Amino acid sequence: MATQHSRSAAQFMMMPAVVLLLGWMLVPLVMTLYFSFKKYLPLRGGDLGWVGFENYARFLSSSTFWPSVQSTLIIVGGVLVITIVFGVLLALLLDQPMWGQGVVRILVIAPFFVMPTVSALVWKNMFMDPVNGLLAHLWKFFGAQPVEWLSNYSLFSIILIVSWQWLPFATLILLTAIQSLDSEQLEAAEMDGAPPLSRFGYIILPHLSRAITIVLLIQTIFLLSIFAEIFVTTQGSFGTRTLTYLIYQRVLESQNVGLGSAGGVYAIILANIVAIFLMRIVGKNLDA
Amino acid sequence: MARAVTKQRKTINTIAAWAVGLLIFFPILWTILTSFKTEAQAISDPPVFLFFDWTLENYGVVQERSDYMRFLWNSVIIAGGSTLLGIIVAVPAAWSMAFVPSKRTKDILLWMLSTKMLPAVGVLYPIYLIFISLGLLDTRIGLVVVMMLINLPIIVWMLYTYFREIPGEILEAARMDGASLKNEILYVLTPMAVPGIASTILLNFILAWNEAFWTLNLTAAKAAPLTAFIASYSSPEGLFYAKLSAASTMAIAPILILGWFSQKQLVRGLTFGAVK
Amino acid sequence: MGNITLSQVTKTFGDVEVIPPLDLQINDGEFVVFVGPSGCGKSTLLRLIAGLEDVTSGKIEIDGQNATELPPARRGLAMVFQSYALYPHMTVRKNIAFPLKMAKMSEAEIKKRVDHAASILNLSDYIDRRPGQLSGGQRQRVAIGRAIVREPAAFLFDEPLSNLDAALRVGMRLEISELHKRLATTMVYVTHDQVEAMTMADKIVVLRAGNIEQVGSPLELYRTPRNKFVAGFIGSPTMNLIEGPEAQKHGAHTIGIRPEHIEVSASDGPWQGVVGVAEHLGSDTFFHIHDSGLADPMTVRASGEVSFRHGDRIYMTPRTDLIHKFDTQGQRIA
Repeated sequence: MATQHSRSAAQFMMMPAVVLLLGWMLVPLVMTLYFSFKKYLPLRGGDLGWVGFENYARFLSSSTFWPSVQSTLIIVGGVLVITIVFGVLLALLLDQPMWGQGVVRILVIAPFFVMPTVSALVWKNMFMDPVNGLLAHLWKFFGAQPVEWLSNYSLFSIILIVSWQWLPFATLILLTAIQSLDSEQLEAAEMDGAPPLSRFGYIILPHLSRAITIVLLIQTIFLLSIFAEIFVTTQGSFGTRTLTYLIYQRVLESQNVGLGSAGGVYAIILANIVAIFLMRIVGKNLDA
Repeated sequence: MARAVTKQRKTINTIAAWAVGLLIFFPILWTILTSFKTEAQAISDPPVFLFFDWTLENYGVVQERSDYMRFLWNSVIIAGGSTLLGIIVAVPAAWSMAFVPSKRTKDILLWMLSTKMLPAVGVLYPIYLIFISLGLLDTRIGLVVVMMLINLPIIVWMLYTYFREIPGEILEAARMDGASLKNEILYVLTPMAVPGIASTILLNFILAWNEAFWTLNLTAAKAAPLTAFIASYSSPEGLFYAKLSAASTMAIAPILILGWFSQKQLVRGLTFGAVK
Repeated sequence: MGNITLSQVTKTFGDVEVIPPLDLQINDGEFVVFVGPSGCGKSTLLRLIAGLEDVTSGKIEIDGQNATELPPARRGLAMVFQSYALYPHMTVRKNIAFPLKMAKMSEAEIKKRVDHAASILNLSDYIDRRPGQLSGGQRQRVAIGRAIVREPAAFLFDEPLSNLDAALRVGMRLEISELHKRLATTMVYVTHDQVEAMTMADKIVVLRAGNIEQVGSPLELYRTPRNKFVAGFIGSPTMNLIEGPEAQKHGAHTIGIRPEHIEVSASDGPWQGVVGVAEHLGSDTFFHIHDSGLADPMTVRASGEVSFRHGDRIYMTPRTDLIHKFDTQGQRIA
């Protein structure tokens, strides 16, 4: 539904965005691939020649690799479970009639707008500090020994901080989805004699399944690359070295660019596997 | 459709929701409160909640000692500049995809989305090298460009979903009325899409403001925005709760306020239109 | 001036041929209506003339000039859209002024023309409102105002009344007809409503699947439809089409008789049947008659109030001079 003239104008106007993103994607990607096949130590001799797949093999076989995969999975999985379970519950609660719904919504959404460095720092010092943290005070109040959160329960602590940041996102999206549910459906089910739990299981949850999938995929992509929270709190120690953080350390701290780049390629592949699923859903939605 | 419920039920809902809401908000509230305490009160045992000697001293000290305004200004330039630049690039692209769709439109949109999913750490060193060779390391312009590029897919997507809601007939009417393409976009499309463009700007400003990977890794002193400013407090010698709180409050306050305005658009923007 | 000539114009979308080769002449000052069922290509044809779509092949001439490659703005045509397509962020004045502003006319001239158009269309009281604050009929008038200020060679209307309610539609129909009489400018009007076509047109173009079935004045089409399709499309209620033995008696595969060309009686007539539904409109009565062995139902229009009821036996007498005959291809015989 357009003329040749407008079609060529459209192509022309799409150019800047397409060219910029193509450059942004391809140039660094090609460079990363290039470095990943080299022994490249900028501070210790620079380019030391081609090494084939050695970096890939070394990255996989290094003693830090599997623990980093494990920490990544625990953090991502933990945050996903917490945010989705509590997100659904919270969304159901916020959907109920109440006084001051708008204000509660604002309170709940607020953590999402806190920059990651701030939330990590506030949690680390003001809540999880074993001497002066608020949680330590709370523990002492009940006569318990304060917990050294970030060293003894480091993964759990990181999961808690990141969940606090992402719970609002999950809640908001799930709430939007719940509100789009036709209330007549629920009333019909009620007329049919379905008790509340069945109404939740047979009507609300299936209605939410698409929104849950989307939250799952989008959060996974962001969570795979969390950085500031670890950078500010543990610097990757106490078992919190995720894949992202490991690569970061290889590249910038130990300046082993070849090895880090091989790791980067793994990270890209991992993210793309998740991305494919997300794109399918979004793509289907485009046709509708 | 709100259904009639008993007052009792509504009271229970209200209490439960407010309790959960306040619990979630508490860390922010606590930070804001602590920012008005003296350092001694900030770590007092037991903690004081409201009854302390309110003081603004911490804010003055933070500005004086670490030049908060400079970081703030960097954040504003980086977030604002990248958003503005992104809008300028994205409006024509979104116009094309929304009003002159072709068979490839969907593929291009999905491809743009896929660039957003490239893990930053995977391309950290190449970008680092490029920045060094172009002299962009620790410059605001460098970060403006990077922020623009990482948010461009979201900007295009959001604008695309907003533009699609504008009837094509109105643009055709403009064409019949003798408007050139430039005038069609300038006088007809843009004014009609103002609400959508505004929320796109808002959301992307927020995302750029809070972005913490590239801002931490590509800046040192000159161009560092608030994310880096706060991260500098993580070293023990800078650690004073009241001052940390004051700095944190200043870093999040502007965005918290903007964020509250944009919560509805947030859903659409971050799910790429898949949830409305 | 407003002569529009289409020669061998075709349009295909992908593999689908929407308009097969088509020739049409629209003369200056004519009110031409494109009518046909939805999907017949009438809107596409209008958009080809407007320049909002490219022709796949063929030539469009406007006042003797080849306009095939011209962008819409340079064809000197104005269009009124189905949704009115008003600019929601502009006042009525700015909406009407927009094409003049695009033509870089002077402020004074713009003001003069807008005020003139507003007074013709009774919009002066609303001139500073926005489209959102107007009723459907008022919006329609703004859309027309935006079209007339440019003094175009021809007006194009794309189903302009379909979003109005029935009463308003009749009123706007008259207003557009009067506007045409006053301006004497070529108007090309697309509708699926044959009543609009019959009441407004100087020339009706009946389209089906992109093909022109017949071109003619409303009465030509009513009196001598060239084929079964036109016969069934023009006239309300629609013509009764009868096949079988009764048609063979007239030496045709199908015969057609309009409901208003049948007399009814309670006692005698060559055809008979049973009254199903009787619709009493006061001025007329429509009977839907079953079990006649002709067409089911047969529709008959009787003037005034005629009291047959559901289930009554009814006798029909067609005016044989007004029977239309069609061959097996559905083409008119003689």
